[in-house]
Amino acid sequence: MTTEIESPLSEAVTTRDRVTIRFAGDSGDGMQLTGTQFTRTTAVYGNDLATLPDYPAEIRAPTGSLPGVSGFQLSFSSNDIHTPGDNPDALVAMNPAALKTNLGDLVPGGLLIVDEGEFNPNNLRKAGYESNPLEDGSLSPYRLLRIDITKHNAAALDSLELGAKERFRSRNFYALGLVLWLFSRPMDTVERWASDKFQRNPVVLEANLRALRAGNAFGETSELVHERYEVPPADVAPGIYRHISGNEATALGFVTASHLAGLPLFYASYPITPASDVLHELASYKRFGVKTMQAEDEISAVCAAIGASYAGQMALTGTSGPGLALKSEGLNLAVMAELPLVILDVQRAGPSTGMPTKTEQADLLQAMYGRNGDSPVVLIAPSTPGDCFWMAIEAFRIALKYMVPVIMLSDGYLANGSQPWPIPRLEEIEPITYRYADPARVSHAYERDPETLARAWAVPGQAGFEHRVGGLEKSYETGDINYEPGNHHQMTLTRAERVARVVDEVPDLEVTGPQEGDLLLLGWGGTYGAITSAGERARSEGKSVASAHLRHLNPFPANLGEVLSRYDRVLVPELNNGQLSVLVRSQYLVDAIPFNKIAGQPFKITEICGKIDEVLGVSGPFEFEF
Amino acid sequence: MTAAGSNGAIEEEIPLLTRKDFVSDQEVRWCPGCGDYSILAQMQKTLPGLRIPRENIVFVSGIGCSSRFPYYVNTYGFHTIHGRAPAIATGLKTARPELTVFVVTGDGDGLSIGGNHLMHLLRRNVDVTVVLFNNRIYGLTKGQYSPTSPIGKVTKSAPLGTTEVPIDPIKLALASGATFVARSVDRDTRHLEETLGLAAQHRGAAFVEVFQNCNIYNDGAFASFADKDVRQDRMVYLENGKPLRFGKHLEHGVRLNGFQPEVVENPLSDDDLLVHDTGRTDIALPMILSGMDYPEFPVPLGIFRQVERETYDGLVAEQVEVAKDRAEPDLEALIAGPETWSVL
Repeated sequence: MTTEIESPLSEAVTTRDRVTIRFAGDSGDGMQLTGTQFTRTTAVYGNDLATLPDYPAEIRAPTGSLPGVSGFQLSFSSNDIHTPGDNPDALVAMNPAALKTNLGDLVPGGLLIVDEGEFNPNNLRKAGYESNPLEDGSLSPYRLLRIDITKHNAAALDSLELGAKERFRSRNFYALGLVLWLFSRPMDTVERWASDKFQRNPVVLEANLRALRAGNAFGETSELVHERYEVPPADVAPGIYRHISGNEATALGFVTASHLAGLPLFYASYPITPASDVLHELASYKRFGVKTMQAEDEISAVCAAIGASYAGQMALTGTSGPGLALKSEGLNLAVMAELPLVILDVQRAGPSTGMPTKTEQADLLQAMYGRNGDSPVVLIAPSTPGDCFWMAIEAFRIALKYMVPVIMLSDGYLANGSQPWPIPRLEEIEPITYRYADPARVSHAYERDPETLARAWAVPGQAGFEHRVGGLEKSYETGDINYEPGNHHQMTLTRAERVARVVDEVPDLEVTGPQEGDLLLLGWGGTYGAITSAGERARSEGKSVASAHLRHLNPFPANLGEVLSRYDRVLVPELNNGQLSVLVRSQYLVDAIPFNKIAGQPFKITEICGKIDEVLGVSGPFEFEF
Repeated sequence: MTAAGSNGAIEEEIPLLTRKDFVSDQEVRWCPGCGDYSILAQMQKTLPGLRIPRENIVFVSGIGCSSRFPYYVNTYGFHTIHGRAPAIATGLKTARPELTVFVVTGDGDGLSIGGNHLMHLLRRNVDVTVVLFNNRIYGLTKGQYSPTSPIGKVTKSAPLGTTEVPIDPIKLALASGATFVARSVDRDTRHLEETLGLAAQHRGAAFVEVFQNCNIYNDGAFASFADKDVRQDRMVYLENGKPLRFGKHLEHGVRLNGFQPEVVENPLSDDDLLVHDTGRTDIALPMILSGMDYPEFPVPLGIFRQVERETYDGLVAEQVEVAKDRAEPDLEALIAGPETWSVL
């Protein structure tokens, strides 16, 4: 449905242009749902926003424990924003453990809402508190709002036929109702969602709606709550918008690519955090001709996709870092057999199992080099959740035109983060062209297009093109097995040149800020928001700082070397221990300065600003405060 | 592209092909005397009988001597990576169910490095014919023991004999839920040709183990029971609905004593003998038969199991059709999502 934006400004409220709020509770407390619902309401309300879900890898860590805390941060604004905010202005803590793990991030003087009913001796002990922080004065730097949410909520549900557990479980709706009131948002978006979600369970629906309204009413009637805030809608470009996460945009991009090419999409994947949602989404798109396969392992997933590519369809596999490692052999077969294949890598913190639910950008060099032999593939990376849609289309556009594997490097931050997104019009997106072997143009499956060097895509069912391909080296002329020294040399160079020619598809790198100057911030992937914001802030302070963001990592945009040469210094902020900086230094002989955070968390704007000041000599050495 | 029927057969214009049509222009490079030649020849003889155009047939293989097979068959062919042919074939067949797909593999490729994929292809009942060349040795890497080498087998990698119990391909296939499970031998060309043909015609995952002699690294591995002069006495041909009889004049038989098979020499009638039944849904009987080994028993050849079950590729395709019928595929609505707002 489409809602017209109104501005329900009330005189009793303080107007702010940006608020960052974090919901934190036990992983069983439904904080992700609370955050998502607040986000939806806020998006429909018309703010620009960005979100950062942060949840533990354990589905249910021990209740009340520190490792079991799940958080969801959201920043919303009347202006254009790029990040979910560095530090929250408001924190909702549903238990002592949530308070303990999140309080350090709350800005001094920030609003702190706690469910005081949960601050009992048992929970305090589990969180490692020796005294009750609600009583010992340690929370005095904050505006503390202590509400016995558990008790009030239970009272609101009194007459319902619900067990104590179910009653307790709906207290996140109570908190949501309260926070909606605090930030002057209507409840109807949540009510509609709940009515749809719980339509088959009327008792739970009624419980959640009552909890929501009770929390809202508490804000309105209780004299405890003195303040209320308003963040007016943002002045964004006209158009029709929706709220979208990176994984949703990725899945939509792939099904749209299939539509644009007029070829069925085949997706094979093995469940892995944080990529599984793409499998879930695509599995529900069967009516668009999408076939999905939950493979027995990562290797099978890439191989099944290669089978579909050989069969002449749009072949896709998705994974995260550990899975990309397992897929490298299969990926190399696609390199050798010159088949179009798209591999989605939703990166997470490594090495090995690492921190599955935490973000990182540390698969760049694995994607670039992690295969036996000289084995170039195309690398692209979306920069925002919404950009995942466009890069998914880009991945197939390149793969089909050049008969080459393309790795799309998303990450946990993009995948689970979300933003308002202007809905594109299908007819305005350029169609994707592919070409099966055309008997009028080629005589066999290894004849190349002189422009792209792509071989002919001869697919089973095409009479006259019966041929054999495989992982063995092939003759440049015929595609038959060939071990001759000169041929292998030529074929290796040809595979590299074919990837290099993809540069024709890559738009020139655009710079935000001065076109030449003291410092260029060069980033890639999910750090776009933080880097762009840091550049804006530095310029607002009069510094000569520009930023540029790479969406194509192999090949790089043709003008990258020239762009780098226009700045005295190049700073490369990355969520890894220095990977893009290695590529840039080796390819352009530029003394790029790596700036690396490997904490499983995105950059804060202030961190990049601190490093900028260090590099410009404005301040001393920057150090992270984790 | 040629329009094909559901089982890959062309309804009109059935081409009349001969063995020669399936011989590729590539020089065959197996060792002279290798059992692989026989399997290739029987396959090339079988294929014309399927009445499927060459361009609708794909051979997928992994790595190893057996996996060179696709180069020599003039159809579409994909010589892939070690052990992964079943996974690639699953993707290929699921994407294009109208194609006829064969997987050619060996005991190392299919049961060691690729055991997991083979198991899952059979479990899913992908409509693919898997031919596993079992020579009980690694040939291409020059003579290490394989997962089907008998315990104690002396090889380069086991100079004092292997310490591993081998896996039985037939048992693995049965336990994985394969809907067609058969065994043949390279030296019985007539039986091999017929078995390959029946496997190819089966709708669902068909698994054929072929005892194949590697005359370089494991010569005579099957000679004690599969050589022409002893075969009739030491192997038993399984035939559906018929009692198990073997011997030059079919004078001997096999009966069941509880779960235990027993050889009966010169039984007076068939009355006590075990009657083969390929169509049972449970796998107890074929499992018992698969346990029969020389010298205690004649080694069974033929079809152990043949049952009908929905295929994976068929079910996936059906879900797509059902989903299309159930809801109009409106991509613009999908992209817009459940909730939108307009900024004026």
